[in-house]
Amino acid sequence: MNVPILALDKISKRFGAIVVADRVDLALAEGESLGIIGPNGAGKTTLFGIMSGTVPPDSGRVLYAGRDITRMPPAQRCTMGIGRSFQIPLPFGGMSVFENLVVAAAFGAGQREHDAYERCMEILDQCGLADKANRSSRSLGLLDRKRLELARALATDPAVLLLDEVAGGLTEHECQALIELLRAVRRQGVSIIWIEHVVHALVASIDRLLVLHNGAFIAEGNPQAVIRSPQVAEIYMGIEADA
Amino acid sequence: MVWINVILQGVLVGGLYAMFAAGLSLIFGVMRLVNIAHGDLIVLAAYLALVVTETLGIGPLASLILVVPLMALIGYALQRLVLNRTLGDDLLPPLLVTFGLSVIIQNGLLAVFTADSQKLHAGNLEVATVRLAEGVYVGALPLLQFIVAVAVIAALQFLFYRTPLGRAFRATADDPAVAQLMGLDNRHVFALAMAVSLAVVAIAGVFLAIRADFDPSQGPARLIFGFEAVIIGGLGSLWGTLAGGLILGVAQAIGAHLDPGWQVLAGHIAFLVILAIRPEGLFPKVRT
Repeated sequence: MNVPILALDKISKRFGAIVVADRVDLALAEGESLGIIGPNGAGKTTLFGIMSGTVPPDSGRVLYAGRDITRMPPAQRCTMGIGRSFQIPLPFGGMSVFENLVVAAAFGAGQREHDAYERCMEILDQCGLADKANRSSRSLGLLDRKRLELARALATDPAVLLLDEVAGGLTEHECQALIELLRAVRRQGVSIIWIEHVVHALVASIDRLLVLHNGAFIAEGNPQAVIRSPQVAEIYMGIEADA
Repeated sequence: MVWINVILQGVLVGGLYAMFAAGLSLIFGVMRLVNIAHGDLIVLAAYLALVVTETLGIGPLASLILVVPLMALIGYALQRLVLNRTLGDDLLPPLLVTFGLSVIIQNGLLAVFTADSQKLHAGNLEVATVRLAEGVYVGALPLLQFIVAVAVIAALQFLFYRTPLGRAFRATADDPAVAQLMGLDNRHVFALAMAVSLAVVAIAGVFLAIRADFDPSQGPARLIFGFEAVIIGGLGSLWGTLAGGLILGVAQAIGAHLDPGWQVLAGHIAFLVILAIRPEGLFPKVRT
């Protein structure tokens, strides 16, 4: 089997008494698209923090193409190819939409500024932000901020894209456009891990689905099958029988 | 006519204050660090220029070719090795550490150069005058210094808003946590900001040292003028900082003309009045 592009090896993390990751293993194959669902507080976003380097794990290793990057600072991981979008959009408010992307392209992808312009416009176009390129990013509505979040992550030219609830709050039509966009991104060879609450959007665009609950994966496999599995029903219906 | 001269002198000195302030403002803007040692670094730059001019036998303006990169290098190293460790959610540690740095620089200079006043000599440039109109003369040196100050502010403005490095500064200032996920290494970006700040300090220090005598104890007073110019102009605005420097310079010149003892006092009063009327400064760039 090929070396996974991104892997977690027995990662554990706790905040005080709360275990958010309990010896988690995960392997993302190159070109694969992986979805993660789980109730609020299951530890999904923390896993992204551990992968992108903002949250140090208590134990375990993070591997990128077989290389141990557990102690590598976030900036270097980004340059190497791990791109991330945030659940709550965090644009650089003092800059225009275009500049937000240029920064990401210049430093995250290491492109010369001038070469980055064309690529950035292309991404803005893909993400439906082309006509707002020169607006201040602070003036954007929530939907456009979400688009910018994705566009900026793409501008870092990632090999692995970590998406944190990009579909939340989108209309059905917008959701469809997003799924199309992510398909195009995948065709460029980008591997994706996608955390999402909008399950149908997720199921429509991933190869494999994982279910995270109390810091551990409790189900994994074909998206359709996992969604119908009794474990998932249990969590989401809240009828755990261990009381 | 006398008053025109007085105000003109004030404006020209104000350029120097604006340069003190620009470096201070840049550092605060990018990394929320209040550099108490800023004034002492200005004096350090003056001594560095003194050593360079005496060793190489070149003029003070020519010495800038060496002093500017040297100070930038010191700034980069200082940030990387010391100040980066003090940054965090708390404003106090950098305040304390730069205060300590201020004491160290003052006493270091005292030990090496003694408390004797020094001056950089720029030859004819110091006494040359330019006639602007009938009865209105300005010194060539203050005029040059003012032009350089405006050029420095314009260059910083360009750097901030038109270059990749400037975008890195702005992105990191905006949200350092997100910036590092866009490939920006905060430690490096902060160190570059300090390097730029001290490059500006070097220019200001050399002009200060040509204008007037300097000794190791002068730093804190320069720091105060720098602070006042930043506050008058409004945080985060470079052109506002220039305006702040000019207002401070003019107030001091008017005070000095009324009574030589009022020079510094008049500047402080102007500062307090503006702080009372417009606490956010004249041209604030509001951050949300």
